[in-house]
Order: sequence, then structure tokens, then C-alpha cells
Amino acid sequence: MRIKKNIAISESGFIFNPAVGDSYSTNPIGTEIIKMLKESKSVAEINSYILNTYQVEASSFEKDLYDFVKMLEKYKLTETNGQEA
Amino acid sequence: MAKKLNIAVTGLNAIDSPGPGIPVIRALKDSKEFDVRIIGLSYETLEPGIYMHDLVDKTYQIPLPSGGQDILLQRLAYINEQEDIDVLIPNFDAELFSFIKLEDYLKKSMGIHMCLPTIDQYEQRHKVNLNEFGDKHGIKVPKSKMIFSTAEISGLMDEFSYPMVIKGKFYEAAVAYNYEQAATHFNKISAKWGLPIIVQEFVYGTEVNVTAIGDGKGTTIGAVPMRKLYITDKGKAWAGITLDDQNLMDLTTNMIGSSKWRGGLELEFMKTKDDEYYLMEINPRFPAWVYLAVGAGQNHPEALVKMALGEEVTPFKDYEVGKLFIRYAYDMIVDLKEFEQISTLGEL
Repeated sequence: MRIKKNIAISESGFIFNPAVGDSYSTNPIGTEIIKMLKESKSVAEINSYILNTYQVEASSFEKDLYDFVKMLEKYKLTETNGQEA
Repeated sequence: MAKKLNIAVTGLNAIDSPGPGIPVIRALKDSKEFDVRIIGLSYETLEPGIYMHDLVDKTYQIPLPSGGQDILLQRLAYINEQEDIDVLIPNFDAELFSFIKLEDYLKKSMGIHMCLPTIDQYEQRHKVNLNEFGDKHGIKVPKSKMIFSTAEISGLMDEFSYPMVIKGKFYEAAVAYNYEQAATHFNKISAKWGLPIIVQEFVYGTEVNVTAIGDGKGTTIGAVPMRKLYITDKGKAWAGITLDDQNLMDLTTNMIGSSKWRGGLELEFMKTKDDEYYLMEINPRFPAWVYLAVGAGQNHPEALVKMALGEEVTPFKDYEVGKLFIRYAYDMIVDLKEFEQISTLGEL
């Protein structure tokens, strides 16, 4: 799963879906996660990167990451092998 | 050097349910190829464009479409004597029929050029014929039916269910959730716009629109899709954003290709959550948000003027995605003398 190619993400965490005109904003960690998804990093890779980089409780972050990814799917911002996730 | 042109434009009603005149004029004023003098053509004395002297150089009142073509022709002949009009751009659905009928005559006898759809195209895309139009051009259209009295509403229950949309012949639509609401909307809209009333299946989704221009030979000269971000209580876009939606562009170019549409138009679609597109309406002229297309890199009114003058127009290739328009209200201060002049002399 990764972020669709056409989704624009700015440094400030502003996300724009040009296909439907929806926009969202996220915090710096959200921006970092989205950028990693855009680089085709797996959710497991992102999880371990964040846990190694920031002081955060593993069980709490895993749940937050799961929720965040599900939210990206719900907003149709992700795709798997070119198909909408 | 920019070519000097006198261009007459209707639709100066820059109000909460705006006509496209002012955005069309802004687009023409932005043109690098033309140096335009704008002749406003108005129906009401309080159309704001009459008093916007930085955009409209001179305004003349013209008779309402209900007055017929002869009286319109007489008035246009007078205006043309004063202004030597090169191009005329009508911007109201209700006046288009008369102007289409007069197109050849105005060109030959007065040298006034227009670029309008044919009478067949105008009729085929009419709300009452939209289902047939959709079938012909392979576009999904919500089921709809014409009715002439409220007594017919109850008889529709085999084919329709609530909510349903009650639409006027030219303008206005309202969603009805029960018989009482349907009858109320019927009476209100028919009193204003006449009969028939169109009853349409309600489609849930996001409203996405396209402003486009066809060359009359099947080529799309330009098309820009937009999603309404803010909708007024009259269903008008108060803010919108350009989209990157290939399906919408394909539907537009296919429709213009198969119908050989000539001139400006607006396609209104409903996009369902399953990504299906239903054509809700075709407006046979530019929408009031056409200036967004200019902002996104496609000056459709300028292209229309070139086409009207018989010049070759190269189709636009792209536009900027993610460009927004945000409409605003603005109070002009106007001297009574100006209001008096347009009210009594019919020109300002």
C-alpha cells in the first residue's frame, strides 16, 4: 500500500487530492508517515522507524499508526498496486 | 498589437445567483490579443454590471426574451448603429433561443458575430430531453419526467421514490422528501419559470462541473473541471477548485465529440461514492464560474470570440489543478443620476 501518485503533500502537512478537490492537514509526524508511504515503505518499516527515532510507547503508537492508515484508506488517498486500497 | 473589438455581453446580474456576464468580461479584459470595448446588454436596471464602469464601457437595456425576436432585432439595430458591435455573447439560457435564431441575420445584416450552439443542440440538451441526450451520447442521466400539474405527482410513485428533485424549465431545483414538499416546489417553481416541471430521480454524491468550449466540428477547444467547495442556498458555487479528473474530461470530450457542440457550455455531473458520473444538466453557455478557467490557464471567452470571428483556435492542452475561486459580495455606491439614466433612457 502506498499514497496515490497524484496526492500532493506540502512541507506544512497540507494534503490535496486533485481528483476530488478534498484537502486535509496533518501534524509533522503524520506528514512524515505519509511521505514514507509515498516512498513505498511498508507500515511495518514505518512503525519501526518511528519507534527507533522518537520516544514513544510501542503499543500506543502501533494503534495510532493503524488508525491513521485506515483513515488514509477511508479518504481514498492510498492505493495497492495501482488499485485503490 | 492587440486587435480592437467592440463586444456586447449580456448577463450583467452579478448577484447571489449570478449571470456569467461579468466573469466573461473579466476574461476578455485579460486578453492580450484583444483590446475590448464592452457593451453591456441588460434586462433590469439593478443589474450590478451596468454600474461597473471599469469593466463595462456602456450599457443598453434590451427587451425581455418574452417580447419576441422582432423587438429584440430593432433594439440591436439601434445599439449597433451607436456601437458597431463586432461580437455578441449572450449568457442567459432563456435568451439563447432568440439569439440562435437571429445568428445568421445579425452576421449578414449588421456584422455582429456570435458563436452559439445550433438550435438542435440547444433543444436536445434541454432538461426535458436530457434522458434522450444521455442515451444518444452514452452518458448516464438520472431518470426524469415532465409533468404539467401537481395531480401527476402521485401517479409517479411507480417510477420514482422520495426524495426526488423538482426542477424548473430554465432555472431552479429543489429536493422534495414527500408529496407536500413536491407540490409546494412545483407551485413555486412553475409560477416563476412556467411549465413543464421536471421531476428527476435524486442521485446522492458530490457535484462536479465542467466549463468547456467546442468548435462545432467535434473538437474540444478547452475544458476545466471544478468541484464546488461552498454552495449557497440557491445551489450556486460560492467557492470551487479545479480538479484532475480524467473520467470527467473523457466524458466531456466524448460528449462534445459526438454532439459536435459549438460554443461554450457547462456540464453538471453528480459523482456517486462508487465513482459513477450522472449528467444532471447541460447549460448551453459559460457558467458564472468561467473565470476560474482563465485563472487556471484557459481563457474560454477569448477562444469563443476568436471562433465567432472565424479565426483558427488551437485547443488548450492543460490547466492548473488545485486553483480555487472564492466569490465575494461588494457594495457599490451609485449616484441616483446613473440609476435615473438607465431607468429612463435605457442606456448608461
